[in-house]
Amino acid sequence: MTSTTFQSTELPRSAYELPKTVRFSSLAVVLVFFAIFPLLFTNPTVSSVGVWAMVFVMCVSGWNIFSGYTGYIALGHAVFYGVGQYATALLMLHMNITPGWPSFILIPISGVIAAIFAIPIGWMLLRVRKHTFIVLTIAMMFIFQLLAYNWSSITQGSTGLQPAQPLWAGDTFNNPFYYVAFAGAILAILTSWIVRRSKFGLNLLAIRDDEDRARSLGINTARSKLIAFVISAVFLGFAGSVYALFVGQVFPQFAFDPSFDVSLTVMAFAGGIGTIAGPAIGALVVSSAQQYFYITYGGQNVFLIVYGILFIALLRLLPGGVVPAIAGRWRNFVSSRSNVRDPHHDEPPPTADVAHVATGAEGGSN
Amino acid sequence: MLVIQAIVEGILVGGFYALMGAGLTLVFGVMDIVNFAQGALVVFAAYLSYTIQSHLGWDPFISLIVTGPAMFALGFAIYYLLIKPIKTDRVVMALLTMFAVATLLEGVMDLIFKSGLVQIQASYVNNSFVVFGVTIQLIYLLSFLFSAFLLGCLGLILYRTRFGRSLRASMQNPVAARLVGIDTDRVSAITLGIGVGLSAAGGMMFGLTNSFNAASSYDLISRLLVIVILGGFGSIGGALVAAIMMLVIQDVVAVVWSPVWGSTVFYATLVVVLLVRPQGLFGRKGVRAQ
Repeated sequence: MTSTTFQSTELPRSAYELPKTVRFSSLAVVLVFFAIFPLLFTNPTVSSVGVWAMVFVMCVSGWNIFSGYTGYIALGHAVFYGVGQYATALLMLHMNITPGWPSFILIPISGVIAAIFAIPIGWMLLRVRKHTFIVLTIAMMFIFQLLAYNWSSITQGSTGLQPAQPLWAGDTFNNPFYYVAFAGAILAILTSWIVRRSKFGLNLLAIRDDEDRARSLGINTARSKLIAFVISAVFLGFAGSVYALFVGQVFPQFAFDPSFDVSLTVMAFAGGIGTIAGPAIGALVVSSAQQYFYITYGGQNVFLIVYGILFIALLRLLPGGVVPAIAGRWRNFVSSRSNVRDPHHDEPPPTADVAHVATGAEGGSN
Repeated sequence: MLVIQAIVEGILVGGFYALMGAGLTLVFGVMDIVNFAQGALVVFAAYLSYTIQSHLGWDPFISLIVTGPAMFALGFAIYYLLIKPIKTDRVVMALLTMFAVATLLEGVMDLIFKSGLVQIQASYVNNSFVVFGVTIQLIYLLSFLFSAFLLGCLGLILYRTRFGRSLRASMQNPVAARLVGIDTDRVSAITLGIGVGLSAAGGMMFGLTNSFNAASSYDLISRLLVIVILGGFGSIGGALVAAIMMLVIQDVVAVVWSPVWGSTVFYATLVVVLLVRPQGLFGRKGVRAQ
């Protein structure tokens, strides 16, 4: 919406970007760093922070494929995280799967199960828009939490499930989980990138900007939204499965946890909702900070306070997120050096309106 | 007999859920804002009454003299500090802001009051009497009557005062309301004040009838949202009917089937109703619906 109609005054895209070699080599450095992270930091406490960071990168990037691109903010994706956890734990317990490497086969299976759950749920929830959608996703999360508590013949209720854990040595125990989560995170970011570059991704962005107009232009909005919803659920299912295998305990209150949804949203907003790199960076930074608070202060309340303040500050100051803001600064810097009038100069960066949930012709009119 | 008992109890408890829901739906009607923090604010008010009761020994109903204005001021301040500055995409940004406020409040309450469950004490909490074989808890009856009284006052304010008229005008058409000279910012701030102020009364009664901790806010807000969505956003009468209906359904299911399924049915009803009527039971389709 902020991009100008007079494309001719804008610098070519390549002018804003660093040379290809610089971009690829810096990406390679980052990838190599994360690939050898557990070998650099052998302290199990640190590498467990790494595991959680990767799990959250996977979750937030997956969440962003739906919520970031379509503008439908889902506050109930813990449903699929929990479904992934329970699917893995139940399969472990009932199918006699050996803990350790063979049990990792459950991760893709849990993703598929989460997708199977996501189809009817998405079909139901996506009939409504805006705040009603947000509220319904929350209600859905509570329905699943209550089911997990009460359907004790399957879920064991509040006793929880304890899938067996592999008997690996303590100091390298985290590493296989780290690499699995790392692979999942890469897959989530790649999927996010592919979707963003595809026609399907453009459909989603059109829905975000003006759903009614998108529909009148012939986009099958219901189908596009549902597909995006299911794709995002798959990654939450993967993540839930990693959780169940890594922690070895599944409880209703942690599987379907409202504060998990807060985390996803804060991380996505911190990095830049609707962008490719933003959610991943937000997840890395915020989840590491969260783990730090947890390890240092123990309780949850301090990080809830920090989250609340951080979230309010982000919404007030940088609703587009930190990464797009930096990108915007960079563009302005390049433009000012090349002495070409920058069309974006007095405007927020193009992604600043990403949080725009223009799901109908009538917006907040007052 | 048990079923009749459950129905009576559902109606009585539904009364004060309607009061809390009214605050939510009123704020939505005027500002298009889903006050996600209402649950946390109710629990916060409950803690205030609890603290006053346990430290000063005041009766919880009397503590409202302090907590009511305090909560009103809090709502007023939230509007000017957090809601008014939002420029773009108010509906979703305001919801997320209130979500953040709820998270912050929960953390603060958990830090101050710890996570142990508490309940507001009063000498009459456990009193009950029997009418036609139905046992009625005195505290439920008191809460119901008090909620009905407050809802009546709210109705009077809305339909018999100048402020009420400007409030309803802002609800119907904020732009036109501004054109005829209504200070919609002031109306919005006062409305949020009233909405949050009602949670002082709601919280006091919630604290009297339930044991609670900071985490109760999630359960509470999801129930309130279910009630408000079912009643149709912006409709106070709808919230009243929906609150009583949902509580009766929950209590009857609890008696007939099993207590653990009561709350599940509560949420499941929402999904079923919205599949049939996406705008809620009393919501108008079109301008305000969705």
